[in-house]
Amino acid sequence: MIKQNKNIRYFGIMALLLIIVGVFQSWNVSLSILNLCLISAIMALGVNMQWGYAGLFNVGIMGFAALGGLAAVLIAQPAVQPAWQAAGTGLWLGLGIFIATVIVATVLYRKLPKSLFRMALVTFVSILGYILLRIYFDPVTHAIEKVEPAKTGYLGGLGLPVLLAWPVGGALAGAVAWVIGKITLGLRSDYLAIATLGISEIIVAVLKHEDWMSRGVKNVVGLPRPVPYETNLQASEWFQTLAASLGADVVGFSSIFVKLCYAGLFAVVLILFLYLSEKALKSPWGRMMRAIRDNEVSANAMGKNVTARHLQVFVLGSVVIGVAGAMLTTLDGQLTPSSYQPLRFTFLIWVMVIVGGSGNNMGAVLGGFIIWFFWIEAEPMGLWLMNLITSGMDTDSDLRAHLIDSAAHMRLITMGMILLLALRFRPRGLLPER
Amino acid sequence: MTDILNAFILLSNFVLIPAIAYGSQLALGALGITLIYGILRFSNFAHGDTMAFGTMFVILFTWWFQSMGINLGPLPTALLALPFGIACCIGFVLITDRTVYKFYRKQKAAPVIYVIASVGVMFVMNGLVRFVIGPNDQRFADGERFIIKAREFKQMTGLSEGMSIKVSQGLTLVTAVLVVIALFWFLNKTRTGKSMRAYSDNEDLALLSGIDPDKVVRVTWILAAVLATIAGTLYGLDKSFKPFTYFQLLLPMFAAAIVGGLGSPVGAIAGGFVIAFSEIMITYPYKKFIAYIGPDGWTPNGLMQLLATDYKFAVSFIILLVVLLFKPTGLFAGKSV
Amino acid sequence: MSYLIGEGMTGGYGGADILHDCTIAAEKGEIAVIVGPNGAGKSTAMKAVFGMLNIHTGRVVLDGEDITELSPQERVGKGMAFVPQTNNVFPTMSVEENLEMGAFLRRDDISVTMEQVFELFPILGDKRRQNAGELSGGQRQQVAVGRALMTQPKLLMLDEPTAGVSPIVMDELFDRIIEVARTGISILMVEQNARQALNIADKGYVLVQGRNRFTDTGAALMANPEVRASFLGG
Repeated sequence: MIKQNKNIRYFGIMALLLIIVGVFQSWNVSLSILNLCLISAIMALGVNMQWGYAGLFNVGIMGFAALGGLAAVLIAQPAVQPAWQAAGTGLWLGLGIFIATVIVATVLYRKLPKSLFRMALVTFVSILGYILLRIYFDPVTHAIEKVEPAKTGYLGGLGLPVLLAWPVGGALAGAVAWVIGKITLGLRSDYLAIATLGISEIIVAVLKHEDWMSRGVKNVVGLPRPVPYETNLQASEWFQTLAASLGADVVGFSSIFVKLCYAGLFAVVLILFLYLSEKALKSPWGRMMRAIRDNEVSANAMGKNVTARHLQVFVLGSVVIGVAGAMLTTLDGQLTPSSYQPLRFTFLIWVMVIVGGSGNNMGAVLGGFIIWFFWIEAEPMGLWLMNLITSGMDTDSDLRAHLIDSAAHMRLITMGMILLLALRFRPRGLLPER
Repeated sequence: MTDILNAFILLSNFVLIPAIAYGSQLALGALGITLIYGILRFSNFAHGDTMAFGTMFVILFTWWFQSMGINLGPLPTALLALPFGIACCIGFVLITDRTVYKFYRKQKAAPVIYVIASVGVMFVMNGLVRFVIGPNDQRFADGERFIIKAREFKQMTGLSEGMSIKVSQGLTLVTAVLVVIALFWFLNKTRTGKSMRAYSDNEDLALLSGIDPDKVVRVTWILAAVLATIAGTLYGLDKSFKPFTYFQLLLPMFAAAIVGGLGSPVGAIAGGFVIAFSEIMITYPYKKFIAYIGPDGWTPNGLMQLLATDYKFAVSFIILLVVLLFKPTGLFAGKSV
Repeated sequence: MSYLIGEGMTGGYGGADILHDCTIAAEKGEIAVIVGPNGAGKSTAMKAVFGMLNIHTGRVVLDGEDITELSPQERVGKGMAFVPQTNNVFPTMSVEENLEMGAFLRRDDISVTMEQVFELFPILGDKRRQNAGELSGGQRQQVAVGRALMTQPKLLMLDEPTAGVSPIVMDELFDRIIEVARTGISILMVEQNARQALNIADKGYVLVQGRNRFTDTGAALMANPEVRASFLGG
């Protein structure tokens, strides 16, 4: 009962904060924050599965989120027909070579006995496959990238509804997580952290530089939306009547309406994941996961395959992160590979999980809300603070200009301090595990 | 014959010399990571930002000295600023140990908690660096730029390929060699150094022998700060200083430390060079080189580059995965658990 | 009064008590051996004497001084030395460095002590530059004992020094331990090989479930038919 009260109290405060922003700044800002809070909460939920249920330290959240973003492009963007024509059969040939190489290398690795010969052979096959791929595929990518580079220069996507990209993004992230987990789980915990750090850097590098697939740093803009467009709303009669009956101005209300639609969609996904993970946590599976986390040695002795369970939960968590990544790109309406920064996408999510309460799903969600709110509001607050501090100084003093310019970096320091303080004084978070 | 010579010079200029310099910088960084790992038993995610932090102070002192007209002639002023930067970095690192890590040592917390704490420290250091010096590129190299210029080399030898050695590259190698010699002397010959190795080998027995754990930990942090600041300054002189680049160096440095075997100083050095050479050799376009050694008058079509430079991090990553797959203890059998 | 005495010790590792009113003593220059079945609390009793677990009742007295409240490290300073059963060397350090680390607290010249250790264990002198991790099990035990002797202790405690070594090496180790005792150092030892250990013991303690079951001279215990039947396999 007390716990319920605590939940209600914290989420009530959160709602109040958003309302305050709505009243004093604007409802648009408030809803934008809310939407990103919802997405952050889903990401935090995914990380909480890995950390809270299994004690796995994933430092590659950014990469899994970026894979979700890629899925949004590959699923929802219309196909660029000239690019497909330019690519011709070379595309399929390249794909064939890639798949063949992977299959041959895997079969060799599985079938041959462990030896130096096997290692040499597998390496040779992989390198040969890579070189063939480069020979046949490089001209194809050049051809694709030459097709109207200023407007397209990439293959585009399948032109399917963007909502489909959410599960696909989850699947992509899950697949990569499986490979990484297969290699590093079972070794010491730091290795998973370092490997995920690496893979996320590489995924983002691929998005930045494989123009034929993701347009690279030229960004993919104008992704189809799952919700109506403002201009269409403004033109439609029922909307005008609705706005009039509420006494709101049509243009402003249309943008709020769109944001509300997004919020509804995101809330559905969040509640779905929350329901599923609560269900899982209370099932025998969840109890086993926690038993393993609390005493790996004895769980191992009891015949539980710890590494396989860890792999399972690592993949599941990454799927959730991937879905959230796809949702984020959908909300933005564009894929900007250079916006994927580890501090923003990986470490900020960690702060959310630690502050919220590791092992507790509601805690992770709350952490997602609170930290995102302060991450956004820290900038105006920091600026305000700096203005206050420097108000005694000369208006044209260099130090003052520098301090005000640097206010944005204050939030890194603040987040770091919050993480350290929470870990030290509130290691179980705001809403501790039951 | 001259073709072969030209090809060799070409490779030295674009692969050998840069890789030696980069390898030395990585080795110094990886040494810091491996020392922390050996003594405190966690992977320090703040190490890249410790490098940036120390280097920032070196830059600030360099600017101050430059503004007063103090310089070292042909050598970069940064060399003069280095001890001051090191001192600041040591100070900060010791404060973080006192305020952050010491608590978890007392609690005997799990390694992953230290790792998360180090992420928090990383955040703070990263923020401080950006706050003080900004997120942009800073150049602070002065003095002579080259030991040998490409043009002079061509005139001297009459070859069509030039070879240049930058002052920063020569300086990197000399400094790295001196630092490594000093470090190994310290670890193998002094009482404190030996007690560090003993503590790393067998913590309980070290305590039974009366070795003071606090002192061992303190000295480890000091060494890590010294190594990080030197590595960061050399890297900054050689390329340029940008906070985010230093964060990104974390991956190759971790890879170097793991390839060599976490906890093994010799391994960290070997690992640094393995990573640097692989990275540069795999991302170097061999077009011109093949033109020299191939049949006369024939030039390959493409760049003959195995991997685009954009993916240089993939090299460290793949090496890391291969090592974890086949030999998780690393080349020099460090600690696996 | 004995040189070392752990009197009426009761306690455990935080949970339930493992030791119940257990008393262990060692005389100057003599060998005291703790034997008993598996799980009898033999090693626990020794760790209690060394301060590695909390006893809430009873006390430990060394040379007339109550040391119950001291930490293990402080007890080393008082002249106690402890050789753990496993992980008792620094594997990547040479034999010589292992011995040096044993003498870490000493500021005087340690070369004489080191020579004495090399005299006691000649093989260590031959392998002084080799890493301890590369030595055989028996040699490693010698390094471990040698390391403990470097502090010039008055009391040497050994936790199953012959675990996992061959019978020949075991006999040799016991010979060395007798030699150490003859130099005036008290020895307190936990042993799995009860028969051989009681043979060289001046005093023997048979523990069962954390309690003293039999306490007598080694020879008397060997002669006691009940002890023989239950603990020495007839």
